[in-house]
Amino acid sequence: MSDVVEKTLTALPSLLSLDSQPGTGKLSGTSKLGNLIRNIAELTSKHDEEKLIKKELAAIKEHVSSPNTTLRQMKEIMVRMIYCEMLGYEASFGYIHAIKLAQQGSLLEKRVGYLAVSLFLNESHELLLLLVNTVLKDLQSTNLIEVCMALTVTSQIFPKDMIPAVLPLVEDKLQHSKEIIRRKAVLALYKFYLIAPNQVQHIHDKFRKALCDKDPDVMAASLHIYGQMIKENPEGYKDLTESFVTILKQVVGGKLPVEFNYHSVPAPWLQIQLLRILALLGKDDQSTSELMYDVLDESVRRAEINHNMTYAILFECVKTVYTIYPKSDLLEKAAKCIGKFVLSPKINLKYLGLKALTYVIQQDPNLALQHQMTIIECLDHSDPIVKRETLELLYRITNGQNVTVIVEKMLDFLRQSKDEYTTIDLVGKVAELAEKYPFTDNNEWFIQTMNIVLSVGGDVMQPDIPNNFLRLLAEGFENETEDHQLRLHAVNSYLSLLEKDNVHVPQRFLQVISWVLGEYFFLKAETKPEVVLDKLGRLLDQSFVTSETKGWIIAAITKLSSHTVCPNTVAEVAQKYTTSLDTVLRQHAFELKHLNEDRDLIRRVLPLDASCEDIEVDTSLSFLDGFVADALGRGAAPYKPHHQRQEELSQEKALNYEPYGLSLPVSLSSCSITGRQSPTGLSLSSGLSGNSTEMGPKGGSNSLKLEGVRNVWGKEGYLPQKETTAEGTLQVLPGHEGPGTEESAMENASLQPDLASPTIPEEDQEKQQLASSLFVGLGSHNTLCLMGKSENTSQRFRRKTNKTQESSNASEKFSDSSISSRSTVESLMDNNILENTSSEQETELTTLNQSSNQASEFQDSTTPDGLLNGGEREKQDMSSDPSGQAPSLFTGGDMVILQPSCAAAENEQPPATRPPPSLPTELSQLAHSGVQGLCSNESIAVSACKIYKDDSVVLVVFITNKSTSAIKDIIVRFAPTELKVSESTSHGFPLLEGQNTANCQCSVLMEKPCAQGALVGSIAYQAEPEKSSELQFSLAFALADFIRPLTISTEEYGKLWLAFSNDVKQNLKLLSDAKDPLTATLNALKETLQLHIVDIIGTEGIVACQLLPAIPCLLHCRINTGMLAVWLRSPSPDLPDCLLYQCQKAIQKL
Amino acid sequence: MIKFFLMVNKQGQTRLSKYFEHVEIHKRTSLEADVIKSCLSRTKDECSFVEYKDFKLVYRQYAALFIVIGVDEAENELAVYELVHNFVEVLDKYFSRVVTSQIMFNLDKVHIILDEMILNGRIVETNKSRILAPLLVLDKMSES
Repeated sequence: MSDVVEKTLTALPSLLSLDSQPGTGKLSGTSKLGNLIRNIAELTSKHDEEKLIKKELAAIKEHVSSPNTTLRQMKEIMVRMIYCEMLGYEASFGYIHAIKLAQQGSLLEKRVGYLAVSLFLNESHELLLLLVNTVLKDLQSTNLIEVCMALTVTSQIFPKDMIPAVLPLVEDKLQHSKEIIRRKAVLALYKFYLIAPNQVQHIHDKFRKALCDKDPDVMAASLHIYGQMIKENPEGYKDLTESFVTILKQVVGGKLPVEFNYHSVPAPWLQIQLLRILALLGKDDQSTSELMYDVLDESVRRAEINHNMTYAILFECVKTVYTIYPKSDLLEKAAKCIGKFVLSPKINLKYLGLKALTYVIQQDPNLALQHQMTIIECLDHSDPIVKRETLELLYRITNGQNVTVIVEKMLDFLRQSKDEYTTIDLVGKVAELAEKYPFTDNNEWFIQTMNIVLSVGGDVMQPDIPNNFLRLLAEGFENETEDHQLRLHAVNSYLSLLEKDNVHVPQRFLQVISWVLGEYFFLKAETKPEVVLDKLGRLLDQSFVTSETKGWIIAAITKLSSHTVCPNTVAEVAQKYTTSLDTVLRQHAFELKHLNEDRDLIRRVLPLDASCEDIEVDTSLSFLDGFVADALGRGAAPYKPHHQRQEELSQEKALNYEPYGLSLPVSLSSCSITGRQSPTGLSLSSGLSGNSTEMGPKGGSNSLKLEGVRNVWGKEGYLPQKETTAEGTLQVLPGHEGPGTEESAMENASLQPDLASPTIPEEDQEKQQLASSLFVGLGSHNTLCLMGKSENTSQRFRRKTNKTQESSNASEKFSDSSISSRSTVESLMDNNILENTSSEQETELTTLNQSSNQASEFQDSTTPDGLLNGGEREKQDMSSDPSGQAPSLFTGGDMVILQPSCAAAENEQPPATRPPPSLPTELSQLAHSGVQGLCSNESIAVSACKIYKDDSVVLVVFITNKSTSAIKDIIVRFAPTELKVSESTSHGFPLLEGQNTANCQCSVLMEKPCAQGALVGSIAYQAEPEKSSELQFSLAFALADFIRPLTISTEEYGKLWLAFSNDVKQNLKLLSDAKDPLTATLNALKETLQLHIVDIIGTEGIVACQLLPAIPCLLHCRINTGMLAVWLRSPSPDLPDCLLYQCQKAIQKL
Repeated sequence: MIKFFLMVNKQGQTRLSKYFEHVEIHKRTSLEADVIKSCLSRTKDECSFVEYKDFKLVYRQYAALFIVIGVDEAENELAVYELVHNFVEVLDKYFSRVVTSQIMFNLDKVHIILDEMILNGRIVETNKSRILAPLLVLDKMSES
């Protein structure tokens, strides 16, 4: 223990004196709680305890439900209940009262109510649902203490399903002025992330905001979320490395307020957390690692005080230095630190030193050499924990030379250890080492080591250890003679082991012995098989041998008996066990008996030393040919392969075994009966009905003639249910099927369960459960690629290849407006981590922060460079094509105004005289809307055009100088609304010549899904010197502008469907005049709304899309009584609603 | 990650228990008995960390009272060891010189303090004044 801690300890003498002041606290001496506590303190035996607590529980039970109990008394009762449960006596009758107290109590009573709930209930307890309303109410309370409590309990236990109910409230709290509320809100989000990550995936940018919070505690809370996310996906957060480095630098540099220090070490636990995150980020990544070398160096340097806490930090530094991409001088310093630890007289530090050595030893084996004496001392240390850690270290440096010594040490430890967990672990390691170096010493060593492993590890070790051992023995190593030697040693040692009487050998070991003797008894020529048989026979009679092991022994006896004639023992064994109560043993015994009656057969079945030979299998079952020929001769139907049967079935009208009552649109359990021509008489099939009138052979006459049978999904899905459904009532469902769909239905057989679930009318819980369980089983081997870009551009995005004239001005004035995200974040961090920033600064910083985040996102999607290049290329085009085609984009009748939104066409102000500004070629190639006038006056006109990129919506704003004189200092600004403009929110042009047009670009995102949003902005300029004017403009965006197809497979759809929790259902109009109403309607929706049709089967279709940047939304559509029943699901709570609205509008327009 | 936080006396009687992963109530008593047994069996010259099943125990003794924290492999033992002391210092600040009986008579408050420090098995606050702030407000408001 360090000096500082010792000093602290002596400063706490009161703690060291036990119960010197009994009855302190605010409790009255006579209260029931006080009595209970005093009684508990005086307990001397378990028996007394039980008596006391049982009495107490009875008293509580009586009291708790009495209407006269005040809240204050209830609070006391809760503490009494906590005591009872803490001592191991359940008080579940009172759980409901804990919830009540949280609901009704005020302040401390409420807090104790919440506390009791968090101690009594677990995450999945049903009563927890009753807490939700209380939490909701308290979250909205004006009393900060109540908000705090609610957030605390939310981040402790909260029912997963109810997250959407509180999420908006918790999100709101992120903006709260009190740091404790912000901190607790972040911690609640951390909890949500842990239990339902996709519920919070849309608020990742808020996490970033929390990371940049001016309060160090809020920032530290966000590190929990980042730690988790980075652990799962380090690649996704590399851009934050500099931020973490900057934070750590400031913490290490003592920039935090002193109250965060612990024994003069600045925020040590925070440092450790940051070091861990850096390790995750820098692992196998040189460039990221380089960013952190400096701060790591500083951390190591600063941690010089001789205190446990600094050692804890140093330990973490060492781990990080050795985890990230190596840098030699840092490694050197880290190695020195390890030396300090290892050589420390303090046992805790020594232990950590060993642990650190174990961690780094594979990278730096020289360190082991440096500290070899210490290691050897530790190997014989009196503390078994230190010893154990040393063995762990040795295990990592084992090689062909030292393996025997190390294994010997491990076995020594094993013999003394009584802890089961240690035994399992060490035995596994010894076995692994022995198998890795089987011939190091001599081959006896391997067998002997394994003998110890098997006898010590016994029946607790991992089951694959004996299996691996036997496999190694049977398959052998490279050298035939050595293999032979090895097996002979095994046989020898086992025989001598069995020689001894009354040795207790674990079952697993006995099984190994039986197998080896049965397989390799012949290697030991001098021992007759009869002797071995005799030994095994005697073993069988031992009472400690389990029947599983007896099975192994009889199997060995059977093998032995094939090569010897020893009727007595064998016959005895066979006789004895043919009457055994154990079925397996009885079977073994019968096999033994019958095989022994046929010497030829037994030799063929059990050849010598052939455990590794391949067994030949007659897959064509040719030996049955005669039997089949006979049957055919007697008039049996010939066998038809599965697919042929399927085809025939699908051409028939089939019966459907489904109860009438359920108007289940997709019959999961439907099956059909065909004519008697199938080999089994009864054939179950998916009953895919074609509209073909052609009947299978004989089929038509036998089956019921009914109006078409509804198409059922696949062939495999319900097969397991055939027994139960076969008894069901017959139901014939009307069906319709277009040609060609049959095939697709077949292909999508696996889709069946998918589609079945959402189609269920009325929320039938049970069915839904069935459906979800079916969904779960789907395509488990498929990996999702949710964020993958859609490959095919959809039809809306038709490309125009018009040559457009580019205003040279515009391309020249193009400016790269993206800000270097890193530098901004860094400067931000510098400001924000410090506790006091003025409020103006704060808001400014926040905006900067946002825009920098956006900028970095934007850089991924659209490269400003590319746009610039586009402009240049345009110029080249022009020079190479001097004829200079006139801009045709808006003149020809073939102009395609791609208009995804209903709002896009409004507000159009077609310029009367002037040709409209045109897009750079690069952009005009992409799908885009028409150019729309935003505002204009006599001197200036602003218009805009939306470009629909696959991964973003880019807005090009054209500024045209209508006058003949130049306009100066033009600034375009966008105001923050529900639409987010990335890059900077303002664009400036110092000078625009007369009659010229300039443009600027920005990408627009819809932050929160809404049906429609307006982008509001203004343009300021100076037409005359010293006189600035300003014009306002706004541009409407619809949700559809931001919707893109999400290309996923049916399996992925199924998985996603289950993962999303926000859903909306509604009936929509169906295009009923079309031939195939569903397909027609879906195609129409696809055209107008950029959806991806994943699959259409029969009367159902599944459709997927995403809101940029990547919020998926799934639609499940089904024809239901002339309407299109649509069910939408998404991780975003607002998206389904908004998208549904868009669908409604789209269909109305058709 | 921290799995549980225990305060147990030398007689093996639990004085406070908090689990961050759900453990059945009847399994808790046997686990606590095991844990205190392995801590009591250790001498002063042995290290403060014990391997127990697939996790580690970090313990610290204050007179007759053991504070034991169960952690997983990823946790820094020494940092957790110091966390225990930080906790005791917080108690000492709140109770102005804490004794075992105060912990017993104020079990609810000790829990409230612990809730501020550890959530979901993560160390979420170590700043003493901030740990105590919500509790002090509660006390003040309850008095008035």
